[in-house]
Amino acid sequence: MAARDQHGTNPPWGDTFRVIGRPGRKVDGLAKATGAALYTDDLQLPGMLHARTLRSTVPHARIVRVDTSRARALPGVHAVLTGADLPERYGVIPWTQDETALAVDKVRFIGDEVAAVAAVDEDTALQALDLIEVEYEPLHAFLDPEEARTRAEPRIHEDKRDNVSKHVRLEFGPVDAELAGAELIVEGDYSFQSTTHAAIEPHCAVAAHDPSGTLTLWSSTQITHYVHRTVARVLGLPESRVRVIQPCLGGAFGGKSDPFSLELCVAKLAMMTGRPVKMLWTREEVFYAHRGRHAMQMHYRTGATKDGRIRAVDAKLLIDGGAYSSFGLVTTYYAGQLLTGPYAFPSYRFDSTRVFTNKPPCGPKRGHGSVQPRFAFETQLDEVAHALGLDPIEVRRRNFQGAFVETVNGQRVTSSGFLQCLEAVERASGWAERHGKLPRGRGLGVAGSMYISGTNYPVYPNELPQAGIQLKVDRSGLVLAFTGSNDIGQGSSTLVRNIVAEELGMDPADVRVVAADTDLCPVDLGAYSSRVTFMVGNATIDACRKLRRQLVEAVAAKWEVDAARVALGAGHAHDAEDPSRSLTTREVFQLAEARFETLGATGSYDTPELGGKYRGGTIGASPAYSFTAHVAEVEVDEETGRVTCTQLWVAHDCGRALNPTLVAGQIEGSAYMGAAEATLEHHQIDGRGLHTGPSLLDYPIPTSLDVPELHAIVVESLDPEGPYGAKEAGEGPLHPAIPAIGNAIFDAVGVRLRDLPFTPARVLAALRAQAAGGRG
Amino acid sequence: MLRLPQLQVARPRTVEEALALLGGEGALPFAGGTDLLPNLKHRLLAPQTLVSLAGVEGLSGVSVDPGGALVIGATTRLHEVAEHPEVRARAPALAMAAGLVASPQIRRMGTLGGNVLLDTRCRYVNQSAFWRKSLGHCLKKDGAVCHVVPGGQKCVAAASNDTAPALLTLGASLTVATAAGTREVPLESLWKPDGVYNRRLAPNELVTAIRVPAQAAGHRGAYLKLRPRESFDFPLLGVAVRVDAAGGVVQSADVVVVALQAVPRRVTGASDELAGKALGTQELEAAIVAVGARAHQQCRPLPNVPGDPDYRREMVPVFVRRALRAAAG
Repeated sequence: MAARDQHGTNPPWGDTFRVIGRPGRKVDGLAKATGAALYTDDLQLPGMLHARTLRSTVPHARIVRVDTSRARALPGVHAVLTGADLPERYGVIPWTQDETALAVDKVRFIGDEVAAVAAVDEDTALQALDLIEVEYEPLHAFLDPEEARTRAEPRIHEDKRDNVSKHVRLEFGPVDAELAGAELIVEGDYSFQSTTHAAIEPHCAVAAHDPSGTLTLWSSTQITHYVHRTVARVLGLPESRVRVIQPCLGGAFGGKSDPFSLELCVAKLAMMTGRPVKMLWTREEVFYAHRGRHAMQMHYRTGATKDGRIRAVDAKLLIDGGAYSSFGLVTTYYAGQLLTGPYAFPSYRFDSTRVFTNKPPCGPKRGHGSVQPRFAFETQLDEVAHALGLDPIEVRRRNFQGAFVETVNGQRVTSSGFLQCLEAVERASGWAERHGKLPRGRGLGVAGSMYISGTNYPVYPNELPQAGIQLKVDRSGLVLAFTGSNDIGQGSSTLVRNIVAEELGMDPADVRVVAADTDLCPVDLGAYSSRVTFMVGNATIDACRKLRRQLVEAVAAKWEVDAARVALGAGHAHDAEDPSRSLTTREVFQLAEARFETLGATGSYDTPELGGKYRGGTIGASPAYSFTAHVAEVEVDEETGRVTCTQLWVAHDCGRALNPTLVAGQIEGSAYMGAAEATLEHHQIDGRGLHTGPSLLDYPIPTSLDVPELHAIVVESLDPEGPYGAKEAGEGPLHPAIPAIGNAIFDAVGVRLRDLPFTPARVLAALRAQAAGGRG
Repeated sequence: MLRLPQLQVARPRTVEEALALLGGEGALPFAGGTDLLPNLKHRLLAPQTLVSLAGVEGLSGVSVDPGGALVIGATTRLHEVAEHPEVRARAPALAMAAGLVASPQIRRMGTLGGNVLLDTRCRYVNQSAFWRKSLGHCLKKDGAVCHVVPGGQKCVAAASNDTAPALLTLGASLTVATAAGTREVPLESLWKPDGVYNRRLAPNELVTAIRVPAQAAGHRGAYLKLRPRESFDFPLLGVAVRVDAAGGVVQSADVVVVALQAVPRRVTGASDELAGKALGTQELEAAIVAVGARAHQQCRPLPNVPGDPDYRREMVPVFVRRALRAAAG
């Protein structure tokens, strides 16, 4: 790691913060609230064609024949694509490239892309789709992951040995010996359903191919850089001839991390027709694109001492991957690797198998790979506490691993505010007075978690920085910051603006951010794995410090004083020893430009060497981890089985809250999303391979009436390597919501729910079993 | 985005003009559109012309006639029905039901007439054309099989209109304009047990008003619905009750359940159990439990709408009891 990558938790000039740490609006907040923001679908280019996709109506089949002749003959149709036109395989992880833009030879789920049409308008394109004839030879459809694990034929991907997508087995410490010596073993099966992101903006892409041979793609992606690489390769263009731009984006949550068929199809169609082409997916198509949370069947054995200290964790996971790999290699690792905090245990084993099935492909959803195991494990911790007659918060406290430690699987943990998080939710919820003491039907539950602030695994191997930024300084007093990072609503452009304003002592209104345009912006790897605040924040500080030195030097020379006397803040330079002397930012920039010629600076961030020294040891290795604790309060209606989470206290250690408004927003959004996965949402594929309800009517994301009263509490541990000490806040706060609600149900009515979601029917069945004297 | 099919929209100013247009080939009335437009986008219907009722005079508003009956124009918004003081006072079950339809936005567009005439719903029908093609279609639209009842020859798509059971408990009728004049259709005779099309109404007939007769002294009513969320969703089960309790003693009662099969279902024997019981007594509570048991015995939800049908059946007595308690309490 270079020195440029660490900048301390406070600015070296010792100023108090003027922008950082204060609440404030997002750069695009007003534009979004007033409707002025321009999303990808708002783009209208002269002569633009509209494209639509023909999808598979069968879950698994060989394509015998595709006849597009009648579609091509339809007036208004400009081009028709099939798999043969775009045969190059791709996939976000270089080792598992098993996707094509359109099906080649076979289809793998209902909704798989088969053909695409570009026409003068959408209605003509849709008419043309009806004219395409596809003959399928059906194959056995795998809808049960256990069958996919044990049955190799027919193979969903014929170049694989069987239907296993990825298998990882890792063992740390003497698991079997610890289990043999444990005074208590808690063992059980847990299941987590698939859920999807349900971002309000459906995926959309527009491509234009100009006569000089440059392809421009506007796409609702959260990772411009990987789309850039994929489009260039699949279309056979040099990367320097492809420009990818992410316009304003209406939510992603991991669901816009992969390169998608529509991006490749509009690019190809634009090149074929010479006209701009747009494709906007329907809500139903977004459900088929999915890449949502993997359903997991999990078996956990936890060994503990009689005072509640965890000695061993043994996990076996079966992961339903759907039809393609997507990020599945990483999911398979994350499902094991990310469990080793905030608690210490001396031995750990996980055996994690992801299988292919004939369903929409799963991928990364907020809390990628680790939300499901966290549910199982935090439920087990509750079971340990119950078996030993201990307070569930006390059990978690006793097992806390501490700060600045190495986990059992060799991950370096730096700052940790987990104990403060636990204390905060314990106090705020009135835990001591209320847990175990509320009338039957009401209860409190606790859970904790840990998550990454980015990872040093860069998806494709390279020695280049993970985050880059470029600052252009204008003599008008404006700084333009060019960043490859994708603002997907989490506020990354606001973060960049605020850091620049802080570092250069500017009014934030005089900093503008140009983001996620591959021609204009240095590469950033994109908005995934909660990496942006940490990495782009550090890169921004890096660039600013270089520039600041020039500004200060120019002012010091002008005033003929020592550089240490020059302070920058609030749109001015001041002389620390002579308050009468000051210059505006504009004047400072002009002095510096005169002294150093045209001003600008670049900055970068790269992760330090991290991770266990074993295969896969870098996957999940993060420069810093965030920590969260939740207490949930529920009411259980014992006649209907309906669970209402009435209150949710969420304390999250984000290192430092660079903008407390945005941190609270991320905590709230995460926790709401998790709570809905506990009781409502289920991305369900039926016995025919059909999605049971691919619409926002049938897939029940919560309304404002379906969410708890949420109390977001920010804990600041000041990480030594984060920008001003900051860590992530966008994904970690989701995790504990689900086990906390399950544990609260146990407190309320004494039934232990191990299968998600906690539907009224399931809760009622558990209550009946309890009444009949069955196991709780 | 899902596309609407190409069609004409006609804008009559009078009921007579509307009737003339509805007599044409492939014409459908169009009021709030909150159910019609999604069904068009799903290609469940293929009209050539939508006859907009927006500009037709005299179809909207709530009034009370000299006999104390509520007369509610067919295109009165559900929100207005839910909030109207006369509706709340004279027909509380209807006000509750109208207030529980879908979401606030939809209640400000959707009309009472539209909800009464809502098409039946099914998890295998209310899907896109692509989805239904992947399924292989069904009895209600484009197919020959039923996916709810394997081997079934009769469509069992579910009546899913929240206001229907409430209006049935209230003895409501529809004022229907036809080319031959106006006739009054008791709601009792409106529905037929055929999920494909469950209304006994001809295409060239137009419902202009819903008439709720004056209720007995001591009238009470309630409507409760089971749904996944607290807003937005169609009923997985809807229960309307009427409890007439002049002088604090139940004289007569009625219970109607919706979202079971193609028609709303009356639970028989409610009055037998409840009549003569005084409000607030153990006897009444025991009778309420007995009505719940009757409802459980009589109502058999099918796997037509989302949700586990066994669970929905278990909820029948729970919701009947709760609705009766809400009305009687």
